[in-house]
Order: sequence, then C-alpha cells, then structure tokens
Amino acid sequence: MNKQQRNSEYLMYVENQSPKSAWFTSLLRAFIMGGTICCFGQMIGDVIKSFFPTMDILTVGAWVNISVITLTILLTAFGVFDLLAKYGGAGTFIPISGFANSIASCAIEYKKEGLVFGVGAKMFYVAGPVLVNGVAYSMIVGIIYFIISLF
Amino acid sequence: MKKIGKQTYVLSNGVGIRCSHALVGEKEKQGPLGKYFKDFFTDDTFGQKTFEKAERHMLLTAIEDMLKRNNISISDLDVYIGGDILNQLVTSNYVAEQLQVPFIGAYSACSSVTESLALGSLLVDGGFCTKVLCSACSHFSAAERQYRYPLEFGNQRQAYSQWTVTGAGCSVLDKFATDMPKITKVCFGKVVDFGILDIANMGAAMAPAACDTLTAFLNDTKTAPADYDFIATGDLGKLGSDIFRELMSKNNYDIGNNYIDCGHMIFSSTQGCMQGGSGAGCSASVFSAYIYQKLKSKKFKKALLLATGALMSTTTNQQGDPIPAVSHLIMLEA
Repeated sequence: MNKQQRNSEYLMYVENQSPKSAWFTSLLRAFIMGGTICCFGQMIGDVIKSFFPTMDILTVGAWVNISVITLTILLTAFGVFDLLAKYGGAGTFIPISGFANSIASCAIEYKKEGLVFGVGAKMFYVAGPVLVNGVAYSMIVGIIYFIISLF
Repeated sequence: MKKIGKQTYVLSNGVGIRCSHALVGEKEKQGPLGKYFKDFFTDDTFGQKTFEKAERHMLLTAIEDMLKRNNISISDLDVYIGGDILNQLVTSNYVAEQLQVPFIGAYSACSSVTESLALGSLLVDGGFCTKVLCSACSHFSAAERQYRYPLEFGNQRQAYSQWTVTGAGCSVLDKFATDMPKITKVCFGKVVDFGILDIANMGAAMAPAACDTLTAFLNDTKTAPADYDFIATGDLGKLGSDIFRELMSKNNYDIGNNYIDCGHMIFSSTQGCMQGGSGAGCSASVFSAYIYQKLKSKKFKKALLLATGALMSTTTNQQGDPIPAVSHLIMLEA
C-alpha cells in the first residue's frame, strides 16, 4: 500500500473516530448568548433614546456599539469573557463583542513583547484577517451591486 | 551494550535512576493523579513577568529541589540533557545557562522525556558519564500563546483537542544507583507522517508513531505486550490511545489492560480538557511522580514508557504541511 493511500484511509478512520461537537446544544447556547448580547444592545439603545428623544438613529447605534465594545474589553481584562465565549461560541463571537475581544485579548497577551512590536504589531493578529476579508468581500458585493444597478 | 534488531539497544547493566522529581501546576494537582504530585504551585506566573519566564523558573525550581533533597551537587553532574516545546528550546537553554553543566538540547516535542532519558542512559552505559541530569517540561500559557491564541481570546475548543500540561519532570541517571529503578533497553523511534493536518488533533497524529515504535521494539526483543506489567504512552489522550490500540491490534498485538496513557490519566473528564493532557511536561511529570515511584516501591516490575511527540511548527502547518510525529521508548525495570 503506498503512503498516499494509507494516509487517506487513516484520515477517514480518524474522522469517524473523532468526537463531534454536540451541534444542538452548541446552537442553542449560541442562540441564547447571541440573543442576550443583542437584547442588551437594544436595551442600551432604548435607554439612550428615552433620555435623548431627538438623537438620530445612527448616533444611537454608535453609542450602542461603544457600550458593547467597552463592556467586552472590561470583561476580557477581568478574564471573564473567555468563559462566556466557551459557553456561547459563535453567539459571543459574531456580535461586535467578538471583534472587540479578539483585539483586546491580543493587546493584553503581547504587551509583554513591548508596546511597539508587541501590542502595536500583534494587536490585529486575530482581527486582521476578519478586517481584510470583510473589506475584500464588501468590494466584491459592491461591484456586483453596481453591475446589477446598470440594468 | 548491544543493538538488537533494527532499533533497540540493550544496556549491558541497566542504568539506575537515582532520583526523579515532578513539579506541576494547580490544575494538574486537582486531577486524578493529584495525590502523587507532592510538589505544585498555584500562581501560574510563578511570580514572574512572562509565562516563558515562569516555565523556566518552574523547571529550575524542580531541578534544584531534586538535587537538594537527594544531596547531589551540581558539580557532580557530567551532562544535562533537556527538552521542552517552546521555540529554540528556550526553557531548557536558559536553565542550562543557570546550571553551568554541559548541555545537550533534546527536541522531540512531547517525547523529550524519553529521548533525554534514552540518550542519557546510553552515555552512562557506554562509560562516558557517571551522572546525567535529564528534564522535560511545558507550561500551558506559554504553549498556548506560541501554538494557538491569546489566553483571553474567547473561543471554543474542539471536542478532540487536548490541554497542555503545566509541569516539569527531571531525573538523575547514576552509574552507581544499581538498586534503583533501571533503564534496561531503549528504542529510538522513526518519524512518521500519516497526513494529519489539524493541529488540534495531536492524538491522531501521534498514535501511528507510538504504534510504529512499540511494534519495532516488540519485534526486536521478540516479546509481547503481556510480558510487561505496565505500558504507558505519553500524551495521546483518550482518542489517540483508542486509535493506538486499534493500530496495534492491526499489527497483531493486543495491548491488554496494563496500558495507560499519561495524557488521558492526568486530567479527569470534568476538568474541561477534552481528550486529556499534552505537552512535554505531561509524560515527564507522570513519569517522575507516578511511574518512577511505582517502580521504586516494586509495584511495577517491568514497564515500557513511550512518550509521543507531535513535531509540528505553526509555520509549516499554516503552509499546509502535515504533522510529523515520533515516539521514543524506554524500558524500565524495578
């Protein structure tokens, strides 16, 4: 048996043996966690609106983002956020909280390598790919949208 | 000393292990082997500024405690052989600088404990050295930032992943320790690659290496697993050790009930470590605190230890190269 054949058989065997994550509980927990974070954001928005009824919706949204980001960074610094994420998975990662945590956790971790080459260079180690892909895909969508709008 | 078969070396008199000592973190102390881990520390930074420094401090403390308790002076040591899993073996290198003993760095990832003991026993048995210091260690937080993500980054671990053990194990091989547990045979493993790409599934990457080495050893010595009253693999974890059993049975060897895996044994299923422990400190601390002590009290007469190492680098892994693995074996007799 050649190596390639042996390896592909072994990979299939390992795939069958490896335990899978419990998808139903994972989804349910992500739903609960993601929902809670979004409800919290909505609550902040509603409270701000009740105090400043004339504020426009975009400014309210910005304040909501600022609040969620600040709270996430505080929870990350106190070492609580990773425990929430262990429970909530994508529910904590997909809202802006995940993005804030990825930057804050890198900043904390790489502070030991100094402010310039540690924090400065590695702060976007996890968030960087998200940003690059986000911008790249928005460009593609933008071009498609432009072409469609011509007809 | 002579070589038998393809990979196995028989030491003429056996090389005694004068003393062996383990120092572990709090999580390891809380695990099923807690009562065997006499020495532990609760602050994972060990009072240091970085986790790399903490790992170094842990290893140096373990070595110094062992030497002091056994009245061995550093100047008696001929050679120090050590390994860890950080890039450039920084932990062992810095500790060797502190000790000022001629140093041989032994890198085979989590198989460092058996690699260093095997090399050390050959040096002693060959008559080149009288006392050789061997060590291996790892630290969860230092390994995590090198191989995975920042500590506070919120993510979920795969169900088949493992948890790096915070711990150090060290031993002194001594030509004159003839009444102590002895290394009688060593078998150096070949590097195998079964195409595993997933850095989280180290058990699956290493199981074929353990199988390859154990099969070679059994063939070379013309023995069967039942001839040994204890067989331990390093850090295959639960999944890896199940695969290992299966692979061995394909080679017509039934591993039987005398088999344990240090990684599977060190953490309980409630500690959130998925398949169990990993890291060079895993097999090293279990060997020093558990296996060595059992041999010393003659509970085990003949044991095999196969530490297993996943030799991955994050660079080549990201470039799409599979994880090579190796396993070195030592045979111990009470």
